[in-house]
Amino acid sequence: MSSTEELKARIDKIEQGGHEKYHSKNKERGKLFVRERLALLFDEGIEIEDAFFANCMDDSLPSDGVVTGIGKINGQKVCVMANDSTVKAGSWGKRTVEKILRIQETAEKLELPMIYLVDSAGARITNQIEMFPGRRGAGRIFHNQIKLSGRVPQICLLFGPSAAGGAYIPAFCDVVVMVDGNASMYLGSPRMAEKVIGEKVTLEEMGGARMHTTISGVGDVLVKSEAEAIQYAKRYLSYFPANFRSRPGLVAGKEVKPFEKSISEIIPENQNAAFNMYDLIDRIIDEDSFCEIKKKFAAELITGVARINGRSIGIIANQPRVKGGVLFTDSADKAAKFIQLCDAFNIPLLFLTDVPGFMIGTKVEREGIIRHGAKMLSSMSEATVPKISVIVRKAYGAGLYAMAGPAFDPDCVIAFPNAQIAVMGAEAAINAVNANKIAALPEEERAAYIKEKQDEYRREIDIYRLASEMVVDTIINPDDLRKELNARFSIYEDKKIVFTERKHGVYPV
Amino acid sequence: MEEIRASMAGNIWKITVKPGDVVEEGQDVVILESMKMEIPIAAEDGGTVKELMVAEGDFVNEGDIIAIIE
Repeated sequence: MSSTEELKARIDKIEQGGHEKYHSKNKERGKLFVRERLALLFDEGIEIEDAFFANCMDDSLPSDGVVTGIGKINGQKVCVMANDSTVKAGSWGKRTVEKILRIQETAEKLELPMIYLVDSAGARITNQIEMFPGRRGAGRIFHNQIKLSGRVPQICLLFGPSAAGGAYIPAFCDVVVMVDGNASMYLGSPRMAEKVIGEKVTLEEMGGARMHTTISGVGDVLVKSEAEAIQYAKRYLSYFPANFRSRPGLVAGKEVKPFEKSISEIIPENQNAAFNMYDLIDRIIDEDSFCEIKKKFAAELITGVARINGRSIGIIANQPRVKGGVLFTDSADKAAKFIQLCDAFNIPLLFLTDVPGFMIGTKVEREGIIRHGAKMLSSMSEATVPKISVIVRKAYGAGLYAMAGPAFDPDCVIAFPNAQIAVMGAEAAINAVNANKIAALPEEERAAYIKEKQDEYRREIDIYRLASEMVVDTIINPDDLRKELNARFSIYEDKKIVFTERKHGVYPV
Repeated sequence: MEEIRASMAGNIWKITVKPGDVVEEGQDVVILESMKMEIPIAAEDGGTVKELMVAEGDFVNEGDIIAIIE
C-alpha cells in the first residue's frame, strides 16, 4: 500500500465513526450519524475540519468522538462542534476537550457563531486526570462559552444526553433545541439519584426534553425530530448577525398574512376579558416570520424574533389568554434572558403591553418574585437597542415598568385609544382606597357608590390626559400599528448609546 | 384521562361545561377570576367531561384539579 493509499484508507475508516452496532442502535432511536447531521446543517457540508486524526493511534476512538470545523449556514460561516455518539457514547477524553476548546477559540478569533450538536455521555472517568481538572480541562469549555456569550450567537442542538458537567454546555448557550424522546439534561442520572438520595424517577421526569422546555426552562424549543431541530437552528440564525459588531441582515419584506378581522376588532373593550396576543402579533409582522423562543415555558409572556418589512425585531408580549398575562417569576426570567439576547446582537425590541402587574400572594413571594422581577427590569433598562413600548390595553403597577415603560428610556411609548396606565385597575383601586367607606354604606347603596368612584378613577387615568402630560408619546389607531412601527424602527436603527460607564452592574439574580 | 388543573390561584368565576359534554382540544372548561382578570382554563386534549371538581365561587390554588376529561 502506497503512503497515499494508506492515508485514504485511514480517512475512510475514521469517517465511518464507531462500531456498526452503535450506528444501528442510533438509527432505531431516530438518531442520525454525526456526519449526516452536519450535511443537513450546512449549505455545502463541513468545509474545514480540524484534528480529524485526533487519537488515531487508537482504532476505537475515531476523531476522539467529536467533529469540529467550519461550514456555511444561509451563506454565513459558522463554527461547529458535534459529538459522535457511535464513539464511546460521545464521551469526552483529553483530545475531545482540546478539540472543543480549539474550535471555540477559532469562533472567538473569527467572531463567528458557534453551534454545539450535543449527544454525549459526559466525561470518560478513566481519563479524568487528563481531561477534567486542569487548565485545558473540560471546565475551560464553559469558561470559553461564558467569554463568547454576547460576542457571537451560541446555539445548542440537543440530540441525546447531556449529562453531569456536560449539561452546562446547553446552559451557557443562547438557545437550546431539544429532540423529544431522545434529548436529556441532568446533573445526576436517575440511577445516581436512586443510589444517593433515594429518589425513584424516570429519565424523562428527571431531565427529558418536555420537562426542560415546559417546567425548568433550561431548554427553549421542543422538536419532534433531529431534522426539525436543524431546520430551527438555520431559521433562527437568519435573524441574527454573525457577531455583536454587526446588525442583522435585511431580507426582502413580506406582507402581513391576511385576516378577516382587524386589530381593533380583536381587542376586547373589557380590560379584564382574555384575548389571544398571537392574533395581534400575526397582524403586524411579515407573514410566517415569527420564530418563537420558549413557547411552552411561562406562556403568559411571549418571546420571539420576527420581521417587520424584512427587519429583525425581538417581541416581548404579555399573553392575556394565559394566567391573565400576569408576570410570574418564570416569565420575568424568560423576558430577562430574551432581552439580553436581542440587545447583545443589535436586534430592536418591541414590547406589546397588556399586563395586570406582577403576581401577588405567598407562593410567589417565597419564590422571590421581587428579585426575579428585578432581573427583567435590569435587562430591559440596560438594553441600548431601539425599544418601543406599545400599550395595547392595560399597564398596571410594576408591569408598566417591566414592559419598557416611559421611565426606562424607550425610544417611544405608543398607546391604543383604550389603553389604561395606572398603579392598579379601577376595581382594585376603589376597593383599596374606599374599603371602610364601602363597608359603612347600606348594602343597597354600595353598587352605585362603587360605580361612581370607578368612573371617576377611569376619568383620572384617561389616556388623552396621559398623552397631554406627555407620558405616552402618541395615541394611534390600532390598525395603523405596523405602519407606525415600520416607520419608527427604520429611524431608530441608527441609535448609538452606551448605557453607563463601569465594570459591570451588581445584577439581581 | 386528563386532569385539568388551575394554572394559578383564584376564584372559579364561570363553568362553561357540564359532565357528559364533549370538549375539543383547547376548548375552555372554566373561567377563573384572579388578579381582576378573567382567565380561561382550557382542555389540553379533547374528550368527554367525566367530573367537575369545583363549583362557581370556589377558591382554587395553583395546581388544584378542576375537571377530569376522558
